[in-house]
Amino acid sequence: MTIASQVLTDQEIVAEAQVSPFRKWLAPATFLAFGLINIFVLGAYSHKGDATFAFSQPFAKVTVPNLSLPAAVTCYVCGGITIAIALARAFLPLSKVLRRVAIGVVMFLFVLALLCWADAGLTTAFNIVNLLQGTLGQSIPIMLGALTGVVCSRSGVINVGIEGQLLLGAFTAAIVTSVTGSLWLGLVCGALAGSLVGVLLAVFAIGYRVDQVVLGVVLNTLVLGLTGYLFDGLMVPYQNTLNSPSTFAAVKIPLLGDIPIIGPVFFDATVFLYITYFALAGVQIGLFGTRWGLRTRAIGEHPIAADTVGINVIAMRYRNVIAAGLIAGIGGAYFTIGSVGSFGADMTSGEGYIALAAMIFGRYTPLGAISAALLFGFTTQLQSIMSTLNTPIQSDLLLATPYVVTIIVLAGLVGKVRGPRAEGIPYIKA
Amino acid sequence: MSDQAGAAGAAEAQKKATRPGPGRIIRDSILEGNTFTVTVLAIFTAFVVGGLLNAFTNTTVLHAWGNLFSDPGHAIATAWDTAVGAYIEMFEGSIFNPHTVSALFQQASFSAAIHDGYLSAVFNPLSETCVQATPLILAGLAVALPYQAGMFNIGAEGQVIGGMVLATYLGYGISLPFFVHVVVCVLGGFVGGAAIGWIPGELKARTGAHEVIVTIMMNYIMIYFLAYLLSFPYLMQAPHNTNQISAAIAGNAHLPLLFGSHLRINAGFLLALACAAGVWWLLNRTTTGFEMRSIGKNPSAARVAGMNVERTWVLVMLLAGGLAGLAGATVIQGTDFTVNFQSYGTYGIDAITVALLGLGRPGGVVLAGLLFGALHAGAPLMQAVTGTPVDMVEVLQAVIVLFVAAPPLIRAMYRLRDARAGGVGGVMSKGWNA
Repeated sequence: MTIASQVLTDQEIVAEAQVSPFRKWLAPATFLAFGLINIFVLGAYSHKGDATFAFSQPFAKVTVPNLSLPAAVTCYVCGGITIAIALARAFLPLSKVLRRVAIGVVMFLFVLALLCWADAGLTTAFNIVNLLQGTLGQSIPIMLGALTGVVCSRSGVINVGIEGQLLLGAFTAAIVTSVTGSLWLGLVCGALAGSLVGVLLAVFAIGYRVDQVVLGVVLNTLVLGLTGYLFDGLMVPYQNTLNSPSTFAAVKIPLLGDIPIIGPVFFDATVFLYITYFALAGVQIGLFGTRWGLRTRAIGEHPIAADTVGINVIAMRYRNVIAAGLIAGIGGAYFTIGSVGSFGADMTSGEGYIALAAMIFGRYTPLGAISAALLFGFTTQLQSIMSTLNTPIQSDLLLATPYVVTIIVLAGLVGKVRGPRAEGIPYIKA
Repeated sequence: MSDQAGAAGAAEAQKKATRPGPGRIIRDSILEGNTFTVTVLAIFTAFVVGGLLNAFTNTTVLHAWGNLFSDPGHAIATAWDTAVGAYIEMFEGSIFNPHTVSALFQQASFSAAIHDGYLSAVFNPLSETCVQATPLILAGLAVALPYQAGMFNIGAEGQVIGGMVLATYLGYGISLPFFVHVVVCVLGGFVGGAAIGWIPGELKARTGAHEVIVTIMMNYIMIYFLAYLLSFPYLMQAPHNTNQISAAIAGNAHLPLLFGSHLRINAGFLLALACAAGVWWLLNRTTTGFEMRSIGKNPSAARVAGMNVERTWVLVMLLAGGLAGLAGATVIQGTDFTVNFQSYGTYGIDAITVALLGLGRPGGVVLAGLLFGALHAGAPLMQAVTGTPVDMVEVLQAVIVLFVAAPPLIRAMYRLRDARAGGVGGVMSKGWNA
């Protein structure tokens, strides 16, 4: 079996050397499309006048002056730069770093043009701080779910059950907080609920060697059915006692929270955002700077080698999958005791699957996964703000963009994403 | 190792010498814990789990549990009644309801009873089971076929939407004579689903993008696309309507009813059975099917043997999408007649559970589809009479599949002997990268 997989690898390397024309032209063509949209859709159809952007909230201690840009001209300039980048991407040999920067710049220019178009000629300024603040809020569960996915994948276990972990976390946090009145107890129990799904995942994936993608989907169905059942059967009749949790209030960090733009976005939020910072730092440093991380990556890449040097592969996978569930459980708790304030059937609405996509999008690295999660959150927030501006854009189509972008990215815009080698393959000790 | 072989040989010899009777063979094969036994026990265990869940969360029962020490008998009896009562209602809603028979015999004349639909009422639960099973079987095949080819199609939901949209559009947008219109719409459903299924297949073949993620993304794209289509009268929204719902399809496009106007069972059920037979024939009796199964077992060996792996991936996803699209078409043309923003229901998840319980085989998918169709058909009556939420069905489905996927667990629970037959876990267990 080892030899067979080795042969396959060589074939794959050969196949990758000859980049298919489809792959080669995909990125420049996409960039070109964005550039043309900037010019011929956004620029040509924008209202006359300026687009105004605000960078501070009302009553901020330090204010930043508003920025006014001529809408149509800005769109044309953005489009021109984007097309130049598309040409450079097509005909110049760019390094890997430059290619990634190019994607970022193209995205930024498109969003800028879109905002100019949406706000052109309106008297109200477009508040950038609100947009960014909302983005972080929308992203929290996706970020935490993606971090769970990263730890599981790096340990060699595919976790499609993130959706279930979020949903059970949300449910448990709501019910515990409603009954006990303690937000912190709700948070802890939400985390444990995520971990409980992790236990099921670990037992069936590692112990019984069930196919992990299948298992994840089934666990999601189980949690969806179970929470829906208990919601209809218990929470609806006893709404006041079982489903009316309080929510965490925003905590402003002294000094840091007063910095213009950055302060209100990063340092004036609920405890969930601060937990996310710690989780990100913990997973990033843990995976790449500690003995635990080295061992985790070893059992995900080459469990036989890891076993040979004395690492207990099975036990370590159990521990990592169950512990990682805690992070997603907290992400789930955010839905009920962090933002909404009550549980609803299927309230995570597929964010766990988005977290999974964010993890792959982010190339199985904590920082990459977080960036991808932020991109998804940004689109959602952008859509909700745009819909209040009465723009003629169709909100349903805008909501679909993160998914389209994910497919384009997976199809090779940023090269082939390769997961840990042993991911999804149960380890059988020889 | 040699000891085992020796022991097995000795057992073999002993078996030949004694020639056990038929009863012994049956008993042995049950105790051996083969796939059939494990599946039946998994279903049974899931119903027990569901009953316990019901008994410990029902509000009436919870009150009774509160008085456990003063009146323990009452608490236990209430719990038992609740758990069993829910299943009885489910049975009456999906298989057979005795009240309908007594109603039939209370009628004055038999011919009048038939005319008034009393006879149909007796068969209504079975008819509803078949109606519910139709899209489940078709969508289940859409998961089972790629499963045989080593791919996992989570995108049945998006593909069902694709089929629904095109079938509905052809249903109200054009005007054709009766039989032709039905066929055109059904084919439209196939094409609509196949188009959505083709995208992940083509992307996997060309770029290696994993079909699991792409199909999940396609589901969300299709959901938003459906909402978009139903938001504007110049697209698909019904005129003079503020809801997200399309116009009704023409009467000529309705699938013909099989047993008169009182029962909803329609030709879609026959279509589902025919498709299951077709998929079986494709997989087991054609070269293409052999290639599909070979690629599912070992893609690199199939490639070395000269098979075109990429082309087969595309073909499999195309067909799978088409089957899911047919599921959408049968729902539109058989029962719903319009598409709204929630028409896709839970078909995506149900399709996966059906395919897994059916062990990825067409015959198994039909049986699994009928079982889950019965659960879906019985659930509304269960909720109406006993107050048990319909979500119980999702729980049952998930628990059944979870147990089916882990045969060792069932064998351990019932102390069965180990057998060579594996469940889902044995069929396919590999990572993203394979």
